[in-house]
Amino acid sequence: MSPQPQAAVGAPLSRVEGRLKVTGQAKYAAEHDIDGVVHAVVVDSSVARGRIAGIDARAALTQPGVLKVITHLDAPRLAYRDNPVSLAPRGGRRLRVFQDDRVQFFGQPVAVVVATTLEAAQHAADLVEITYDAEKSSTDLAGSPADEPQTYARGNAEQALGSAGVRLEMSYRLSRNHHNPMEPHATIARWDGDRLRVWDKTQWVIGVQHELAAVFGIPAESVRVISPFVGGAFGSALRTWPHVIIAALAAREVGRPVKLALTRRQMYFSVGYRPAYEYKLRLGSDRRGRVTAMVHELKHETSRYERFWEANLVLGQMLYAVPNVSQSVRTVPLDVSTPLWMRGPGYSSAAFCIESAMDDLAYELGIDPIELRLRNEPNEDPSNGRPFSTRRLRECFRVGAREFGWHRRNPTPRSTRDGDWLIGTGVATGCYDVWRGQAQAYARIDADGTAVVESATHDAGPGTYTSMTQVAADALGLEARHVEFRLGDSTMPPAPPQGASQTMASVGSAVQDTCDKLRKQAIKLAVEDEGSPLHGVDADDVVVSGGRLQVKGDRARGETYQQLLARNNGTHLVARGSYNPPQESRFSMYGYAAMFAEVAVDARLGLVRVRRMLGVYDAGRIISPKLADSQAIGGMVGGIGMALLEHTVTDHRDGRIVNANLADYLVPVNADIPDLKAIYLDGRDDEADPIGVKSLGELVQIGVAPAIANAVFHATGRRVRDLPITAEALL
Amino acid sequence: MEEPIPAQPSETAAVPTAPPVRPTRRTFITATTAAGATVATGGLVAGPSRVGAAAPAESPPTSPVSLSVNGDRHTVTVDNRTSLLDLLREHLGLTGSKKGCNAGACGACTVLVDGRRVNSCLTLAVRLEGAEVTTIEGLADGDRLHPLQQAFIDQDAFQCGYCTPGQIMSGVGCMQEGHSGSAEEIREWMSGNICRCGCYVKIVRAVEQAAGRK
Repeated sequence: MSPQPQAAVGAPLSRVEGRLKVTGQAKYAAEHDIDGVVHAVVVDSSVARGRIAGIDARAALTQPGVLKVITHLDAPRLAYRDNPVSLAPRGGRRLRVFQDDRVQFFGQPVAVVVATTLEAAQHAADLVEITYDAEKSSTDLAGSPADEPQTYARGNAEQALGSAGVRLEMSYRLSRNHHNPMEPHATIARWDGDRLRVWDKTQWVIGVQHELAAVFGIPAESVRVISPFVGGAFGSALRTWPHVIIAALAAREVGRPVKLALTRRQMYFSVGYRPAYEYKLRLGSDRRGRVTAMVHELKHETSRYERFWEANLVLGQMLYAVPNVSQSVRTVPLDVSTPLWMRGPGYSSAAFCIESAMDDLAYELGIDPIELRLRNEPNEDPSNGRPFSTRRLRECFRVGAREFGWHRRNPTPRSTRDGDWLIGTGVATGCYDVWRGQAQAYARIDADGTAVVESATHDAGPGTYTSMTQVAADALGLEARHVEFRLGDSTMPPAPPQGASQTMASVGSAVQDTCDKLRKQAIKLAVEDEGSPLHGVDADDVVVSGGRLQVKGDRARGETYQQLLARNNGTHLVARGSYNPPQESRFSMYGYAAMFAEVAVDARLGLVRVRRMLGVYDAGRIISPKLADSQAIGGMVGGIGMALLEHTVTDHRDGRIVNANLADYLVPVNADIPDLKAIYLDGRDDEADPIGVKSLGELVQIGVAPAIANAVFHATGRRVRDLPITAEALL
Repeated sequence: MEEPIPAQPSETAAVPTAPPVRPTRRTFITATTAAGATVATGGLVAGPSRVGAAAPAESPPTSPVSLSVNGDRHTVTVDNRTSLLDLLREHLGLTGSKKGCNAGACGACTVLVDGRRVNSCLTLAVRLEGAEVTTIEGLADGDRLHPLQQAFIDQDAFQCGYCTPGQIMSGVGCMQEGHSGSAEEIREWMSGNICRCGCYVKIVRAVEQAAGRK
């Protein structure tokens, strides 16, 4: 733990970039003002599988302002080197833009139009005539052949099921969901000779840098990626999608900077999605509610060119003390684009099924759903025998039950009414891994006593600007307003992707290390300086507070950074630091949540309204409580969407997504959301990382959908095992 | 920042014309009809090239339009296809208004036109002769934020910030319309603005704060 006083960390700071965002000055990817920029619009395929038979771009090319139409017929061959710095599924062959005539999914980019105005480019894109030799496509998870399974087993699940006092067998179907960040994906690309600069919407500037270098066959040092603001992503911007390559290619071909923004419709075909699932779950228990066996059989979508993977087996292995577990997961290759991790990836889908099943078991046995979960609470990680670093799920449920008024409920389903509305309450567990990655940072104190701290990380909404400022401020002994944290530039010290909730743990720890080094450097300078009032003091006895270096217990003796630097003729002090997570830990590390929901279901119309929700979280230390509260509430809103609204509909005749817009793909709006409440258990996890945080952004979404489904069951007596839960299912 | 945002419209849109006469309703309708006819003609002429004629298509029809944005008068010749949103973002350098769906479904592009909130992505710029447009960039009074802008910061009513300008402009409209009387009313009248980060609870609190209810 840091010897420094904690003033900024834990304080309810407002977002440091707030003023830029509320005045419209924050620049997102498509908004950087680049001299001479021209516009690119992608033309995408209208078949899901086949070959391009003909392209007639003549009409498009006659449009005033049109500079070029690029297709596979005239695009240069690109290097497409293997790229180890990538989040693409291993072993697949990534989509190569305009390199051949093959069409692998509906909406695949097949041409790009570049024009001097957006209007001309949009119109000309409509005029590009493409004909196809279409082949029969397959886009339906149900009934399509699956790959060989990946499996896991412990004990003998089949035997234990056979001898179980209670056996349940359930089948779940989860719809495909799309991330749908409010900012459409966009890229501006500019070549300066052999050097490429892009302004991109991304959760990983380093990843985009390396992918562009690999595709164009140039050194990574020749590519700079800039991304100071990201208008949401939820996972969709973790990969470098084809449109980023297209922007860079177009810029090279026309010799001018090119701006390319995807349309909302194109976002449904080309930037990933949470795959649809079929999930069969068999469960055996004794009469007292001790689960003895679980058998999980999962199937989910993937593309034909990449075998998508997500962590959908972990919860089934470690959430409860189940001695006999068997799991298999199969991917089903379809004529679709590749999925990509969406908030709470894998865990969220598995949690819906497991937590719905636990609820079924509770009612089957007449045991309170919280009590049932506590009876299956493990003392160590049942998948590997490791102790938990911290696991305070019992406390989450205890606090939550009290705050929510859980024990006032009548446990009998369909027993509570409010006029036409059936009222129900439900709970579910949320749990997510503690991911950590290597990260580096740079910090500088200037002669005026202010600091700049940098890392090539991102802020797609969680509040990285603010939380890193807080960590740095305390480590440097400065007020938060005297620290500027910068991010989103591949020339900064490298940081991991902003995914899997690893930013705070990883980059936060690197910032802590860097600023500790910088503070110690300043202290060393002072105690060795005969002109300093701190001369001769043991460096370990010096702390910095409010920008002033002073002796612990003798605050009168000290000086400011400014005084120290001025006397030493210094303009600044600089430090670099890092965080390197251990390869192996002897602990099992996860964040936990207890989710509570109250719903009202119209008895005649089947409409479901969420009335209130409460989440109680064991997420380790909370750096920025005001922002963490918003994260949790946002996670609930995302979960409400997954539970009740979100559903990508594909026409399997041609692979077209028919609701590829925000009017037909429903997401929660303001009127759908009641007052939501979040409580973070006070604490820290010092095994997880040097700053004691666990994980947060995913955790808060996992467990929301099953809590709602369980509340719907309590309200109506109807168990819905398909997501989203629609009125039709309740009629 | 590569270069400063131009104070004047960029070359693609800026063709200064004579100071406009504020149109009466009658002259506005006449002008609109004329513009509509031009569009139709342009479309017919461009039509045959679709089937492969190599002759260059005619220049797209353009129209002069004079409108006020955040108090600044702009007289520009715009491509008739240009939406108000694209005029702001691509030609006037005002990128605070956001493009989320370009189809009127998300509200990220909300601005005030003559005091009323509109989806600027669904509004053709040529229709705005004489109009007074207020965008997020024009809401603050110098360095002093509008009370709703301050309330959004205080209540942490945003995360990624992309829907925020639209939310704030919509919230200003919501208050001006007298639709901020209760949390329920605010929820209903703010439901045209999607926030994918899920900040609704706090957006409602921010509108309540600015409306003097909190």
